[in-house]
Amino acid sequence: MSTSAPAGLETALQSGLSPDEYALIIRRLNREPNAVELGVFSVMWSEHCSYKSSRRHLGKFPTKGPCVIRGPGENAGVIDIGDGDAAVFKMESHNHPSFIEPYQGAATGVGGIMRDVFTMGARPIALLNALRFGDPEHPRTRRLVSGVVSGIGGYGNCVGVPTVGGETNFHRGYDGNILVNAMCVGLARTDRIFYSAAPAADLPVVYFGSKTGRDGIHGATMASAEFDADSEAKRPTVQVGDPFAEKLLIEATLELMGTGAVAAIQDMGAAGLTSSCVEMAGKGGVGVELNLDLVPQREADMTAYEMMLSESQERMLAILEPGREAEAERIFTKWGLDAAVIGRTTSTGRIVLRHKGEVVCDVPLAPLTEDAPLYDRPWVEETRAKRLDPAKVPAPEDWTTAILTLVGCPDAASRRWIWEQYDRHVMADTLEESGTAADAAVVRVHGTPKGLALTCDCTPRYVSADAYEGGKQAVAEAWRNLTAVGAQPLAITDNLNFGNPEKPEIMAQFVRAVEGMAEACRVLDFPVVSGNVSLYNETDGRAIPPTPAVGGVGLLSDWSRRAAYSTMAPDDILLVVGVSHGELGASLYLREHLGREDGAPPPVDLQAERRNGDFVRALIRDEAVNAVHDLADGGLALAAAEMALASDLGITLEPSSQLHAHALLFGEDQARYLIATPEPETVIARALEAGVPVSPVGRAGGRSFASGDLFDIPLAVLREVNEGWLPNYMSRTA
Amino acid sequence: MTGVLKAKVHVFLKPGVLDVQGKAVEAELHTLGWDGVSNVRVGRAIEFQIAGDDPTRARDEVNRMCERLLANPVIEGYRVEVA
Repeated sequence: MSTSAPAGLETALQSGLSPDEYALIIRRLNREPNAVELGVFSVMWSEHCSYKSSRRHLGKFPTKGPCVIRGPGENAGVIDIGDGDAAVFKMESHNHPSFIEPYQGAATGVGGIMRDVFTMGARPIALLNALRFGDPEHPRTRRLVSGVVSGIGGYGNCVGVPTVGGETNFHRGYDGNILVNAMCVGLARTDRIFYSAAPAADLPVVYFGSKTGRDGIHGATMASAEFDADSEAKRPTVQVGDPFAEKLLIEATLELMGTGAVAAIQDMGAAGLTSSCVEMAGKGGVGVELNLDLVPQREADMTAYEMMLSESQERMLAILEPGREAEAERIFTKWGLDAAVIGRTTSTGRIVLRHKGEVVCDVPLAPLTEDAPLYDRPWVEETRAKRLDPAKVPAPEDWTTAILTLVGCPDAASRRWIWEQYDRHVMADTLEESGTAADAAVVRVHGTPKGLALTCDCTPRYVSADAYEGGKQAVAEAWRNLTAVGAQPLAITDNLNFGNPEKPEIMAQFVRAVEGMAEACRVLDFPVVSGNVSLYNETDGRAIPPTPAVGGVGLLSDWSRRAAYSTMAPDDILLVVGVSHGELGASLYLREHLGREDGAPPPVDLQAERRNGDFVRALIRDEAVNAVHDLADGGLALAAAEMALASDLGITLEPSSQLHAHALLFGEDQARYLIATPEPETVIARALEAGVPVSPVGRAGGRSFASGDLFDIPLAVLREVNEGWLPNYMSRTA
Repeated sequence: MTGVLKAKVHVFLKPGVLDVQGKAVEAELHTLGWDGVSNVRVGRAIEFQIAGDDPTRARDEVNRMCERLLANPVIEGYRVEVA
């Protein structure tokens, strides 16, 4: 086949383009594209690269604030954390690859998000993961959990970046589409941030890292298509990660940046060489010309199409300042990386590719980038679940069973089996991580008294019941978790996982969740600085529960003044900060104990959230509390049980007479914290002054978790149930 | 009486899949002076005995073992010998 022969509509459809989109390409080019050009269009116009269904709504997020140095649109967001330090972070999905090949899918997800961060000039210092698996009883779930967890550990542990936190949910809604969202946080200097826009024409374009092979071809279009029974055929597209190559790439990139030779830089992620060179040239308003014969290749006889679409891992593309090629080459040689100057920027506004003496692609950049299709997908008014009257929700007949069911259910049981596989301490700056019982991870800013607090949050069952309130709640919970360790929440990244946006009811979930998140971000001064959208998470027409995961970053100016929930002391008085109405709609109690998933989620009063959070943060700063835990899934009962287990100290709860006991104990009202303090009078007086509601709920002491004549469960029993579920589940054979 | 057959399974990465181990071995061979070495691929061999007299049936059985456990069919191919 001649390289200039038109590719044709059939090939376009196979590449995931619609007939209308193919017609649009012809209009833009005034001719039919050849196969290479069509490949370039198909990946750049995929949902994954173009955000064609979501872009219109992402503009609703607040993206500016006093701490924001760079918001969405770069490889990662950048915020100012004082003293010339910057935190650089982003979250990204690797859902489809992880479902097909869990180990490599998750591993390369971790590798990819790290590259997004060090591309900006930051050294990666922490990793987090938000994972969603199917029903534990689904035949594939156990193998997926095992593969994903070892893939995350395998890659992160080898590179030497600690995996410090995350969250894991199980629900049958993810049976056919698991979610693997990886977040990376890095540290940089505010005057040493690197961007992707090519600054001028006639600069050398240098490729470095691993060689290009045939792996992952069409990963970006795969990530933008629904699964069906034929997905098995798509298997060979899975890429394999090489964490040792990634470590060399980190060091070489940061060293190269230190020389001042880098004019612009971008990693090769989804859609590989295509998206990196198109985006760099496009953002810079220049053109680019590459000679593909010069690309380091792992296999013989690779075609131009394969090289442009390969998603081989651990590769970077940089534009150098003039005349710095030799200096760069010395660094690549030192770190043992393949590298080559493969082209130059031009002033044509076009991407021109040469291969074996022929021009195999020559198209304008604008239609690939800013003029890519943008859809206003229709959406219907969502159906919002109705509020449940707590009085009409049955109380447990057997309280001990109800408490143990909750503490040992898949969404609440200890995640020890998972986080024990992760190196959580490498780099020696980790203070709080998954194993230390704090609401957020805390990592020191090396050599300073400052600490970064990090968390991942979303409650998909709330978003399913009411996308707007659920979106608000995801942001509010991240803010609350950062607050609960004593940090000032600064900004978020997000990972918006939804089904097929071409269905109006799915689009409604997306739009309303974004609007709810945006509202919470505005009120809480918690801007969005980066993010990723993953749509088409459907199998055989069934969509996942809407899952807008939020990755929050906060700052502790003095990490020695922080809180956890493992530090409750004997005779501490337990107080709940915030108001408890006993909201049981879409609660864990309803689902796990009563087998129901109905009702409206707890509404989030953002003003109360802010007021209560600011109050708790001040208490932590003034060392007026021994332990703090946010109230979330499972309400007061689960928070208190977790605090008792983590502190290895009993708790006796005194239920209020004003509410039904089960509504008080299991209600998931928002904007609340459980605090343990030796000086309750002082705290209550301060709360009165601040206009913040607090109520005493119990006392620390003894060896059991108890409440009046409702239940009295020895800590050892509670622990066995909480710690037992996951390892027992993983060791079962069928 | 049932006999015993010997099975040998060779598992290797599919062509085109990055072989991280092969890459490391190749680099080390180059360091040791074998410059002419290229395209190193590292696989594994699994040997075991299986009860039965019918090699064809046994081979089918071993193929199923490969699909379920011995190989990762997503990224690996395999070859079965039964004698």
